[in-house]
Amino acid sequence: MKRTTIRAAAATSVAALILAGCGAGGRDGDSGDGGGGGDAAAEGDTTGITDTTIKIGDHKPLTGVAAPGYSEISTGAQAYYDWVNEAGGIHGRTIEYNVKDDGYNPTNTSKVVDELVLKDEVFAIVGGLGTPTHSAVVDFLNQEEVPDLMVSSGAQLWGNDPEKRPWTFGWQPDYEIEGKIMGQYIKENMPDAKVGLFLQGDELGADGEKGLRMYIDDQIVESVEYASGNTDVGPQISKLKASGADLVIGFNTPSYTALSQLVSMKLGYDPQWMYTNVGSDVNLVGSLLAKFSDGSVKDGSSALDGMMTTEYIPGLDTPDDPWVKLWQEVWDKHGEGELTNYRIFGMSQAYAFVSALQASGEDLTRERIVEVIEKDGANWPGPGLAPFRWSEESHLGMSGMAMSQTKGEDYENLTEVLVTDLGDAEITEGDTAAAEDAPPENGIPDVAVVE
Amino acid sequence: MSALLSSPILRRTLLALVLFVVSVFAIDLLSGFRQGQVASIAYLAIAAGGLTVLTGINGQLSLGHGAFMAVGAYTTALLLGRWENMPLLLLLLISIVVTMAVGAAVGVAAARLHGPYIAGATLALAIAVPALAIHFKDTLGGEPGLRVPTRDVPPLADDALFFLTGTDTGTMQWLATVSVACLIVTFLLLRNLSESRVGRRWRAVRDDPVAAQLAGIDLGRSRVLCFVVSTATAGLAGSLMAMITRIAAPSGFNLVLSLTLLMAVVLGGLGTLTGALIGAVLLSLLPTFVTNFGSGMGLSDLQAAELAPLVLGLTTMAVVLLAPAGLVGSLLRWRQQARLSRS
Repeated sequence: MKRTTIRAAAATSVAALILAGCGAGGRDGDSGDGGGGGDAAAEGDTTGITDTTIKIGDHKPLTGVAAPGYSEISTGAQAYYDWVNEAGGIHGRTIEYNVKDDGYNPTNTSKVVDELVLKDEVFAIVGGLGTPTHSAVVDFLNQEEVPDLMVSSGAQLWGNDPEKRPWTFGWQPDYEIEGKIMGQYIKENMPDAKVGLFLQGDELGADGEKGLRMYIDDQIVESVEYASGNTDVGPQISKLKASGADLVIGFNTPSYTALSQLVSMKLGYDPQWMYTNVGSDVNLVGSLLAKFSDGSVKDGSSALDGMMTTEYIPGLDTPDDPWVKLWQEVWDKHGEGELTNYRIFGMSQAYAFVSALQASGEDLTRERIVEVIEKDGANWPGPGLAPFRWSEESHLGMSGMAMSQTKGEDYENLTEVLVTDLGDAEITEGDTAAAEDAPPENGIPDVAVVE
Repeated sequence: MSALLSSPILRRTLLALVLFVVSVFAIDLLSGFRQGQVASIAYLAIAAGGLTVLTGINGQLSLGHGAFMAVGAYTTALLLGRWENMPLLLLLLISIVVTMAVGAAVGVAAARLHGPYIAGATLALAIAVPALAIHFKDTLGGEPGLRVPTRDVPPLADDALFFLTGTDTGTMQWLATVSVACLIVTFLLLRNLSESRVGRRWRAVRDDPVAAQLAGIDLGRSRVLCFVVSTATAGLAGSLMAMITRIAAPSGFNLVLSLTLLMAVVLGGLGTLTGALIGAVLLSLLPTFVTNFGSGMGLSDLQAAELAPLVLGLTTMAVVLLAPAGLVGSLLRWRQQARLSRS
């Protein structure tokens, strides 16, 4: 017994010695480490690209509480990429689109983006959805120098500091400029309105309020907040009612549009409503209303008649818009089920990414696409009503939107497209070219390669 | 030498050391993505290990361990937000101590309850703690949470690992190595504790509180102690989780996390540390595997994503029906029966 233990011990020590011998023991100096990387950097990073394919990744909530509505976005994007691939792709490369489910949980986002970047080795992340979720990966993507394009969230984090986050670009208008545009409209057209604010307790609410207060600080009589996840908004709506507000502006998600409507019906409170674009999809809110009220509100969308909101891309309410016609054609060919505004959102976003690929030309690299978006992105025609703000100084998305009001299931525009920027930048009427342009015949962006 | 090996504590310590050296090499060979997976398995296993001791050995069912992980994670995020270069060991220790303090407060209350009532009280905690983060949004970041800065590998550790493996250590490799080291140390301590007099008392309290009390065991003190030990592991796991996922956000610490921990414990086998590890491995790898398998079979991304929870649910049902003592538990029982029938 004793002998075997000694022998085992001896064997272990020998093994340890051998293992230690495998190690390098010490460093020879750092000169060797950077060499390989240096050569690659000169030519640019071509991870995820072959002569015939481009692999991109995306994180979206496909399951869980945030999935209704949001899970449709990637099906729209996929349909548009299929459309492009069928026409032969861009500069001879077809687009391989991988979307991973994060269930709107930042911990999962971090895991699936790790998988996309480190295992699948995608070229870029395109359209990652959500403020808390994308916050979890934005630093990682910039550290790994992976293009992080067209983030599906109106937070300013994606574009206000390009020096700190050079690889990240926003897409939709941020909540602050939305607040500003709403605020100016109210100041000019409803100067006697007593305004109540119904805000989600995060950037969505805070940035929206900041924009609004620049114009109508003296008109606001009450401001209430709710925490996402807490479905009882009774106290907040009662407070708004007690304050006598006759115009309530909601910076909230679709579920809370439905909840605020439902509670107001119960309380007999009937102000003019105005909601952020994020929370105003009439069809989704209508179906949520029917669901939350256990069917007692049958025709949910009629409850939203007369609601004001903003628009930044043409949607289903304008079926004759040339962009919507294109989306319908794409969807009939490559989609299953009904075309929805969420699917249009996905297609519009995919269109912007394909424009960037067009402009980058044949010698695509990660560095190249970022450079091209900074240089030329603001000029690309697309479904957006206002141009992107992309430049070396700003990576924020679209620069403006139009005020609109629902009439049944349709929207009617109240203003022209209004364009502005963060802070005290003035609000001006947008160049009508951006709002009135039409897609090329074949539906594939016709953008010249940037020199 | 033989004296060294005859003491169980020393033998286990030696085994732990060997395991650690082997895992340093193993982690070095993995790709960055796999290193990330190893790291998340490790933190999940640490928390599950603590829970399996609490539930399996002391008989207290906690549905709120996700909340204690949140305490650890937020402590780490706040500390790193203020002092980005805080030494790692200090950071982990403070996170553990803060979580233990919260655990002691809850444990004192929980010790007065038993059975489903503890489960109820801890369930409330699992729901309340993320809501606190939303309420105090100025300090705790609200819904978007606090981003946790990625730290460089400390030069000393980098040199030490270079000495062993001969390669430079990436951030993810460093985190995976730290997590595995924490896992080994935690399991070593938990194992020794549960084999010691303290562990025997915990079992006595679980099996028959009245008999244990007659034998002179202070029920309350024993339960609180076990609760605090268990929350310490949850705090450590939370701290590692914050660094690995680079964020501490309320939606990361929802009820699903607490239930996932419990599921890991049940899948692997209640009361066994190996079971907790196997459960953590299964829960970390199975969803990704199933989703990729689904996409490989030609399902759409949406369908593949929906397949994962389905398979996970079916697996849990199958384990509970076919191997009620969990994977490791059933294996141990089966081996015991075989030995009995042989003799």
